[in-house]
Amino acid sequence: MIEFENVSFAYEQGAPVIDNLSFTIGDGESVGLIGANGAGKSTIMKLLLGLVSGEGRIAVDGIEVNRDNLGKIRQKLGFVLQNSDNQMFMPTVFEDMMFAPLNYMVSREDAEKRVDEVLERLDLQYLKHKYNHKISGGEKRMAAIATVLAMEPEAVLMDEPTSALDPYNRRVVINTIRGLKQTKIITSHDLDMIMDTCDRVILISKGRIVADGSAEKILRDKALLEANRMELPLSLIHR
Amino acid sequence: MEKALSELGHMDELAVQESPVHGMNATAKLLSTVVYILIVMSFDKYDLSGLIPMVLWPVLMYQMSGIPVRTCFYKLRIVLPLVMAVGLFNPFFDREIMLHLGNIGVSGGVISMLTLMLKGVLCLMASFLLVATTPFDSICAALRSMHFPATLTTLLLLTYRYVGVMTEELAVMTDAYHLRAPGQKGIHVSAWGSFLGQLLLRSMDRAQELYASMLLRGYHQHFHYAKHIPFRGSDAIYMALSCLFFILIRFCNVSELIGRLFVR
Repeated sequence: MIEFENVSFAYEQGAPVIDNLSFTIGDGESVGLIGANGAGKSTIMKLLLGLVSGEGRIAVDGIEVNRDNLGKIRQKLGFVLQNSDNQMFMPTVFEDMMFAPLNYMVSREDAEKRVDEVLERLDLQYLKHKYNHKISGGEKRMAAIATVLAMEPEAVLMDEPTSALDPYNRRVVINTIRGLKQTKIITSHDLDMIMDTCDRVILISKGRIVADGSAEKILRDKALLEANRMELPLSLIHR
Repeated sequence: MEKALSELGHMDELAVQESPVHGMNATAKLLSTVVYILIVMSFDKYDLSGLIPMVLWPVLMYQMSGIPVRTCFYKLRIVLPLVMAVGLFNPFFDREIMLHLGNIGVSGGVISMLTLMLKGVLCLMASFLLVATTPFDSICAALRSMHFPATLTTLLLLTYRYVGVMTEELAVMTDAYHLRAPGQKGIHVSAWGSFLGQLLLRSMDRAQELYASMLLRGYHQHFHYAKHIPFRGSDAIYMALSCLFFILIRFCNVSELIGRLFVR
């Protein structure tokens, strides 16, 4: 379970990016964090991962996010970055996938088993020994998801997982996300993807929660979305 | 720029090939390289003939690793001229004739210049060989195993990684510049300041994200994830033989000995 309790954050003396935010995400939930640019979605992710620290209480499975617990917290959360180039820093996909398990002291043998399982589950065996600088953007995004799954996290966090992907690769990523059993928190402007992958949506504006409810309800509320500089998902407009 | 990126990637590819040298323990290779460099640097500036046999070690290792020597010179083509430039002015300052080749007198300055150049080239060859036959993370792991400070090792690792990040950013920015400055060769001097500033800021942003990605996947300044080849008997023999060879060449002028066989 992920808990945010009266969380606020501001960069130095600037206006608050996150303003007294409180919400809870239960185990196994799929939550879409949506909002206009600068609404604070990515900051929420950073706060949760302990990359920045603010006021208030954030906890994962009852463990508070603070300097002392960062190792435990980060082992529970897998984060897929928006720019896969920044995520894939080892020479090959295999080495990148081994990186986290080995750092978390999983034996090399078990780590290799994990890698093989994940690659098989995602149908990516052909990428195993490919060099990161030689694979396409779509493959890199899938490989980035695979590196996170090899950690066996309890929750997967994704920042714009479908950005800059062609329709085919976008669909592959969506299907992969749908198949994940972990708790999912996804930030995106791709509302169609959010509709396809999330049961719950939290709409953020100026660091505050504007709406929190079922994806079906919020993503069909044209007035609410437009008031917050968003539009209905394309699939609903064209119906 | 794309070529530079591809060459950086190629270094990683070289490091994971299979050969007797690639299969050696990283610490053994690192120590041998350090000893080699120290001994090369310890030669007197006029001891060109004594230094020449030191070429044998890198040449032999390149042969064993299957990496052509020309790959080293090609990859280091930007650095090599700088290394060669060291001592370029020696012939002007040190004009004392030290030996005669036929009727031509060779000054001390020329000999010291050639010695310095050879030293630089040999050190580069040895360093390149280490990086081309050992994944960089394994080199860092070897440094850590020798109790090299964790912060410095991380700094070394990240510098290696950020070269790629910076080159990528530079490629994107250069393309963006040229698309809006058609027909212009290079980047105009008036844009250098902002260009460099932007490059630094963008690289820092990306570097921070890259480091965050490492931290989020459990990186804690140890290299458990690096490919580890245990230190075996063969590594000890390799180190011992290498060091013995270096010491032999250092204290016994092999060129002179061979020369004496032919000249009285």
